[in-house]
Amino acid sequence: MGLTRKSVGRYAADLWQKGGEDAPTVALAGNPNVGKSTVFNALTGMHQHTGNWPGKTVTSAIGYTRSPRGRSYALVDIPGTYSLLAHSAEEEVARNFLCFGGAEVTVVVCDATCLERNLNLVLQTLEITDRVIVCVNLLDEAGRRGIRIDLDGLSASLGVPVVGTTARKKSTLHHLLRTIDRVKDTPSLCHPILPIYSEVIERAVQHISFVLSGKHIENVNIRWLSMRLLEGDEPLIREAEQFLGRSLLSDSDISSAVCEAQEMLSAEGIDGDAYRDGVVGALVGQAGRIAADCVRAGKEAEKRRDERLDRLLTGRFTAYPLMILFLGFVFFLTIFAANVPSSLLAEGLFAIEDCLTTLFLRLGAPAWLHGILVLGMYRTLAWVVSVMLPPMAIFFPLFTLLEDAGYLPRIAYNLDRPFRACRACGKQALTMCMGFGCNAAGVVGCRIMDSGRERTLAILTNSLVPCNGRFPMMITLLSLFFVGVAGTVRATVSVALLLTGLILLSVLATFGMTWLLSHTLLRGSPSSFTLELPPYRRPEIGRVLVRSLFDRTLFVLGRAAAVAAPAGALIWLLSNLRVNDVSLLSYASAFLDPVGRAFGMDGVILIAFLLGFPANEIVIPVMLMAYTATGSLTEAGSVAEIREIFVGAGWTPLTVVTTTLFALFHFPCSTTLLTIRKETGSLRYTLLAFFLPLLLGLFLCFATTSLFRLFS
Amino acid sequence: MTGFKKLSELCPGESARVAGLFTGGTMRRRFLDIGLVEGTRVECVGRSPCGDPTAYRIRGAVIAIRSEDASTVCIL
Repeated sequence: MGLTRKSVGRYAADLWQKGGEDAPTVALAGNPNVGKSTVFNALTGMHQHTGNWPGKTVTSAIGYTRSPRGRSYALVDIPGTYSLLAHSAEEEVARNFLCFGGAEVTVVVCDATCLERNLNLVLQTLEITDRVIVCVNLLDEAGRRGIRIDLDGLSASLGVPVVGTTARKKSTLHHLLRTIDRVKDTPSLCHPILPIYSEVIERAVQHISFVLSGKHIENVNIRWLSMRLLEGDEPLIREAEQFLGRSLLSDSDISSAVCEAQEMLSAEGIDGDAYRDGVVGALVGQAGRIAADCVRAGKEAEKRRDERLDRLLTGRFTAYPLMILFLGFVFFLTIFAANVPSSLLAEGLFAIEDCLTTLFLRLGAPAWLHGILVLGMYRTLAWVVSVMLPPMAIFFPLFTLLEDAGYLPRIAYNLDRPFRACRACGKQALTMCMGFGCNAAGVVGCRIMDSGRERTLAILTNSLVPCNGRFPMMITLLSLFFVGVAGTVRATVSVALLLTGLILLSVLATFGMTWLLSHTLLRGSPSSFTLELPPYRRPEIGRVLVRSLFDRTLFVLGRAAAVAAPAGALIWLLSNLRVNDVSLLSYASAFLDPVGRAFGMDGVILIAFLLGFPANEIVIPVMLMAYTATGSLTEAGSVAEIREIFVGAGWTPLTVVTTTLFALFHFPCSTTLLTIRKETGSLRYTLLAFFLPLLLGLFLCFATTSLFRLFS
Repeated sequence: MTGFKKLSELCPGESARVAGLFTGGTMRRRFLDIGLVEGTRVECVGRSPCGDPTAYRIRGAVIAIRSEDASTVCIL
C-alpha cells in the first residue's frame, strides 16, 4: 500500500484533527535507542495517538504539540532506523514518510553519546529534504561521560540548525520548538551540505539529474531521485511514481539516461554491490570526519565502566545467574506487591456494586436486568480490573525501566545461542519476557524480530508463558497444597519455588515448541542478525512510572470493558437460565464432565476455562460459582475456604496438579488471539496459536493422570 | 580471502581494520549500515556467555555479531 502525500495527510488528519485545525506536520526521525520516543512523549504529553501505519504492522505515533509562541504542530514519530537504504518494513515506512509524507520540518534525533553512527542517517536525510533540524539528545548522559559536542561547529558542518536536548529539561525542548518555528518561517535558514561521492558516481548521477531537471518534477529532491533511479530500487521508484502521479521509467528520455549512467558505472567496474558500497562508504566516511571535528571523546573511565558492567551482565559465569536474579525480582515483586492494591481495588469496586444494587432496587428494576447488568457485567468487569491492573501496573514499568537502562538487548545477546539452536533468534527472549506481563503485548512486541519466519515463531510460542492474568490463578491453585500452614514463611517459599518451577517449565516448552515448529511447519535458516548494545543509561524513573501506568491502565480498562463485561453477561445468563430447574451452566458442565475426567479434571473446570477465554482472571471465580451454585461470580474468601469448596466438589491432589498444568498450557485468551490475527494477517497461524498450547496442555494432563492412576 | 584474518578470529581486547566484506545481500547491507566499511577500525569488546555472538565496537557503537557472519569480514 503506497504512502502518498494525500493518504498520509488524511490519515494523520483523521487521527488528530479535532477542531479542524490544519497544523503543519513535523517528522521525528532517528536511529533506534536514541530517546526519540522520550522526546516525542515530552513534547506531546497526552495529546498523542498510537496505531499502525496504514496497511503495515509497524507502530506509528502521531501527537500534537505547541511551541512557546503558540504555534501548533502535528508530530509524526517515524519508526527508528539506522539507514534509509535497506529494506525492512520500518525502513520503508520511514523513508516513504520522509520523502513523500509532506512534513514541513524534519527533526532527526541523535544520541550525543554515539553521534558518529547517527550522522549516517542525518546525511541521508539531508539528501532528501532541506528543512532539517538535528536534535542532539541525551546531552546529560554525554556530559556524565565527559563527551563534549560542539553544537555550533556541527551546525556549520551540516548546514542546518542543531539543537541540543535533554528530554527531562523543558528549556531544551522549548528551544527545539522555537527552532522548528524559525525553520518553518525561514526555510532558507537551512543550506544542507551534500555527501561527496566518488567522481565516477557523481558524474553518473548528474547525467540523470540533468535530464530530470527538465521534466518539471516537484516536491522531490532531484539528485536523490537520480541516485535511486541509478540504483534501480524498484519498490521505491514505484512509490515515487505514485507520489508524483506520473511514470518515470516509461519516459524514454529518463530511462535512456538511467541506462547510460549505469553503463558509465560498469565501465569503471562499479556494479550493484560496489555502487552501494561506494555510496554508504562515502556517507560513513563523511560522518566520521564531521564527528571527529565536533565531538571531544569522553573520559576513558566512563567507557570502562560500561565495559565492566557488561563483563558482569554478559560474562561467562555471571550472566545467567544475574539474569535469573533480575527477572526473578521483577516477577516476584509483581506478584507479591500486587496483593494489597488488588484487594483494595476489589473492595472499592464491589462497594460501588452495592450502590448500583441499591439504585436498581430504588428504581424498581426487574431482577433479571439487575442480574445481567450488575451481577453479570459489572461484577466481572470489577473482577478483571482488580486482579489484572495492579500486577500490570508493576510489571510493565519495571520492564520499561530495564529497557531504558539498556539491559534488554543484553538479554537477547545472552540468549541468542540457545535460541539459535532452535533455529530462532535471541530477540525471542525479549518477546517471551514481555509475554510474562501480557501475552497480547508480547505478540505486538514481536515486531522487533528481523525475519518474518522468526517473528511468526515468536508469536506462536508467546502464549506458552503465563501472563499476569494467570499468575494469581496459579498461585491460588498452588496454595491449596499449603492451606494448613497458610501465611507461614514455609508456605510462601514453597509456593514461590513451585511457581518458579512452573515458569521454567513454560520456558522449556517455549524452546521445545520453537524447535519443533522450525523443523516442521516453519522451516528456514536463522536470519541476518546484528544487535546494538546501547550504552547503559540512567532511566527517568518518575517519567517511566507515570507513562507506563497510564498506558497500562488504559489497556486493562479497555479490555475489561470490551471483553469481560459481555462475557460476564453471558456467564450470568448461563448460570441463571434454567431448564427443568437446572441451570444451563450445570447442563454444560455435566456434558463435559466425562471429557474432563479423562484429563484428571472435571466438567466444571473445563467450562470455567472455556468461559475464561475472554479473560483468564475469571476462571477460578467461575469455578466457585458453579460449585456453590450461587448464580453469580463469588468473591473468593481465604484459600482455606476455597479449598473447602473444591474438596467438597470432589477435588483431589491430582485435580490440582492437572488444573495447574492446564492453566499453564491452554488456548490463548481472546485479546491475544485477536492480536495474533492482526499481527500475522493469517487465519492459519491464528488457529495454530490456538491449538498448539491447548494440545500440549491436554497431553500433559492426560499423561499425568494416566501415570497417577497407574501407580495408585 | 586467503591470507586475511577474519573478524571472528579477533579476541576480546584486540582491534583491527576492516579489509573487505565477503558477503552479499541483506547481511552486506546491514554491515554497511553499522559502518563496517573498508578501513573502519573494529575493536572486540567481549563475547556472549555461550561464546557467540561477539560484541564489537564499531565507530563508537557496540554491536553484537554472530561468528558465522563475522567470518565473512576480512581484517588487517
